[in-house]
Parts: sequence; structure tokens; C-alpha cells
Amino acid sequence: MPQQVPRLVFVFAVALLAMVIARWYLVPDTFGDIGHYRAAAVDSIAARPMKYAGHQQCTLCHSPIQEARLASNHKGVRCEVCHGPAAAHIAAPMEVKPSIPRGRDQCILCHAFNPSRPTGFPQIDPVVHNPLTPCKDCHDPHAPEPPVVPESCAACHGEIARQKLVSHHASLECEVCHAAPVTHKSNPRSARPSKPTDRSFCGACHAIGDPRAAIPQIDLQTHGQPYTCWQCHYPHHPEAP
Amino acid sequence: MSTARFDPTRSRSEPPASPVLDRRRFLGEAAAGACAAAPFLLGVVRLPAAFGQQPDGAYDASEHYYGMGVDPRRCIGCARCVAACKTENDVPAEPHFFNTWIERYVITEDDAVQVDSPNGGLDGFPPLTQANVERTFFVPKLCNHCDNPPCVQVCPVGATFMTEDGVVLVDDEYCIGCRYCIQACPYGARYLHPETHVAAKCTFCYHRLVRGQVPACVEVCPTGARIFGEVRGRATPLARFMRFNQIQVLKPHLNTAPKVLYANLDGEVR
Repeated sequence: MPQQVPRLVFVFAVALLAMVIARWYLVPDTFGDIGHYRAAAVDSIAARPMKYAGHQQCTLCHSPIQEARLASNHKGVRCEVCHGPAAAHIAAPMEVKPSIPRGRDQCILCHAFNPSRPTGFPQIDPVVHNPLTPCKDCHDPHAPEPPVVPESCAACHGEIARQKLVSHHASLECEVCHAAPVTHKSNPRSARPSKPTDRSFCGACHAIGDPRAAIPQIDLQTHGQPYTCWQCHYPHHPEAP
Repeated sequence: MSTARFDPTRSRSEPPASPVLDRRRFLGEAAAGACAAAPFLLGVVRLPAAFGQQPDGAYDASEHYYGMGVDPRRCIGCARCVAACKTENDVPAEPHFFNTWIERYVITEDDAVQVDSPNGGLDGFPPLTQANVERTFFVPKLCNHCDNPPCVQVCPVGATFMTEDGVVLVDDEYCIGCRYCIQACPYGARYLHPETHVAAKCTFCYHRLVRGQVPACVEVCPTGARIFGEVRGRATPLARFMRFNQIQVLKPHLNTAPKVLYANLDGEVR
């Protein structure tokens, strides 16, 4: 054997030993047990505490409410959506109580009108839809009714209704001028009400010859041709004569 | 020293004739031993860590491979997921730190696309200012838990990794806070935690998964816009989601192979 071979072997052995010792100190425990990472990190992440308990836990005690909810339109809305994280409540049911939203804030998060929301999702305008009334006065959050058909047009068209209320047309019901299909109330966009399109419709009241003297009357033949009435007069708030 | 390199007359069982041969045999055996032990000492080969460590009924990561389905057509932008995520994972409350967030897309008739996510959607979305809106919708975003994660590739210390069950995690005790992974993530899903100064991100609520729960965002989504399950193997709600929807992923051209799968995704979503 050449003389330098044992020396080289010795040098390499020392280098290898130094590397092993350095690795021993530098590489953390459990590094590489599963992959190129500390296996202990997975355990420490997995050991983090839960804050949301999961709806299965709620069912153990509150099954009647759960059953009602699961049969309703809120079947996908699990308890902790509205009541907040409840793991602490399950650990100590009497000491820690989840929140019970009693105002409008929590409902409005989902049900306030927003044009970016998907079509068909039940939405209201919180400003005109019974403002200051807590939602649960009319709607049971655990079993909300299907969207109730609004009784008056003002439920949705509040601005127009308020304007009409102070106008000379206050006594006219919306249906006098608009024929709303029955489905308009449940499906407002696809079934639209009619609008008067010709002069003779307004002329039914406003043409010369009507016996009701208080109504301003014009000669349909000469007044404002060739325009239709609403191009000059706003029917929900017509100007004073 | 070099008197007899090989003596065919001497049998193997015979004790060494001289101290020279004794040293040679020692070196040879030491080298052989070192070679045999090196893979284990260097960590190239390790005995399976989980071998014999799983008691019955305990969580076995190798039996799972998680993914999430997202249906933006169901998202109402209520941001309950964002709030729940911040609570569940102790994400800093101030803006700019999100494991998941809601984006609002507004596409106008001139094909301009505007995306906003004020405070991740937590405070609601301001009224639309654009005229001539053609379509507008919400898209939930989160870490895509890529099967080929760029963030894991760039981590210089091995502090971010994909677990056996397909979840990309950050080892916050080992992370050095170099921010390479934040740069590398094409989805903007990572941030530097302002208190711990290490990278942080969505964990799919790994601590919930090992306890048999779904992630907090999935638990609280009121419309079922998020579907959680396993991308292969077991029959989970995600399997049904994948079967009945045409599945898209974000930025497929980057070959990150995300495990967050979108259905009904608008072509403008990036």
C-alpha cells in the first residue's frame, strides 16, 4: 500500500467524524424522520387548541334546536356561524356561554343586499326593511320561513313609496298604474310589473272632459306632443298644477 | 511494511502474524463500518419513525390526502370564514394578515377587471362605484396547498414542508424568517407574522383535522361554498364535489398542482 493512502484515509475519517459531530449538534431532533423537516413540528401544530368545537358537539345537548334548524332553510348554517366559537363552552358548559346575537348585525352580514351576492340569495335592504326591529322578532333564526312575500310594494320600493306619499298621487295605489304578476313578489327580476306606455293611460284621468274638477286636465291632442307623459312629468311625484 | 500483502498459505482463522496486518485489518473494518453506518448517521436512510408508534384509533397521516373545494357561485361574501380563521388560528386581527380572505371581482362592460378585498372582506364591501357592471361575484382565497409547492422548494432550512396527508405547514420554531417562501408563493397566501417574525399561512386547521374536524372556515361557511375532504382515496364530500363539477385551479400554468379546487370559476379569476 502506498504510504499516503492510510494518511488520506485518516484525513477522510477525521472529516467524516467532524461532519457527523457537527450534524449531531446542528440538525434538530426528529429532522428527517418523515421528510425534509422536523417531524416534531407536525405534532406541535397538531396539538394546537381548537376554538370552534364543530356542530356535532352542539347536537349532544341542543338536539331539538338542531333538528329544527336541519329541517329549515338554515340547514347549512351551523351553530358557530352565529354563536361564535364554542369549544370553551363545551369544556365548561355552565361557566362559559356562547354569544346570542339579538340585534340585526349578525343577520345583515349575510342578508344585506349586495350586488355581488349570487342571484336568488335572500337579501334585504337593512335601511328600508323594518329598521331598528331585531330580525328575530319576525324570523326564527333556527327555522327561518321561506322569503315571505312582501305585503306592500314599499317593502322593496320604499323610496318611491315615500315620494308618492307626499305627492298629489298619494291616494293612488301602485296597482292603478302597474300590473304586477303574482310571481313578481317572489321573483322580482324575472317577472316585472307593467308600466304605462301611452298617453291615453294618463289621459284616462287627465284629459279634458273628466268630471272630477280637482284633477288637472289637459288637451291630449295639443299638450306636449309627441312626448309621452312620463318623459316630462314624474308620476310618483308630479309637480303641483 | 510491505513484506507480504497476501499470503495464500495462511488461513483466515489464523491470528494476525504481525502488528502491521493488525492495523490494516482495523482500518479496513473501521472504514467498512463507517460506510455501513454513514447513511444512518447522515440521515439519508432512517428507520421509519412511525414504525410501531401508532396506537389503535390514533390519527394516521398516511391514510389521508386532503384538499378543499371552493364554489364561488355560492359565496355570499359574508367573510364568516375569515373571522373564524382569525379566531381559530390566532391570526393577528389587523389587516394584511390573512390565512384566508374574500375577494370581490367586478367586471365592467369594457372588460376591465377590478378586484378588492378591504380587510379581507371582514368589514363588508363598500357599494359598487363602477358604472356598467357586467358581472360581479366573490371568490374565497386561501393557501392552495400545492402538490408541488414552490414555497417548500425555496425554504433554505426545511422549515416549511408538506405533510404525509398533503397539508403544507410552517415549522414556526425552526423558521428563520427569511421571507423566501412569501416571495415564492404565487397566490400571496403567506405573510410574516408580526409577533413571531416567522412565516405563517393556512394550515387547513391541521389541529382540527387530526381530531376529525373540518377546518374552521368550512365549519362556519353558511352556504356550503367551501367543501372539505380528501382529493383521493376516501369518499368524502370533496369526492362528490369533484365528480359533479368541472374543476379548475388557480394559475394552472405554474404547475403548482393546487389541492384547493374551484368549480364554476370565472375566467377572469387569477
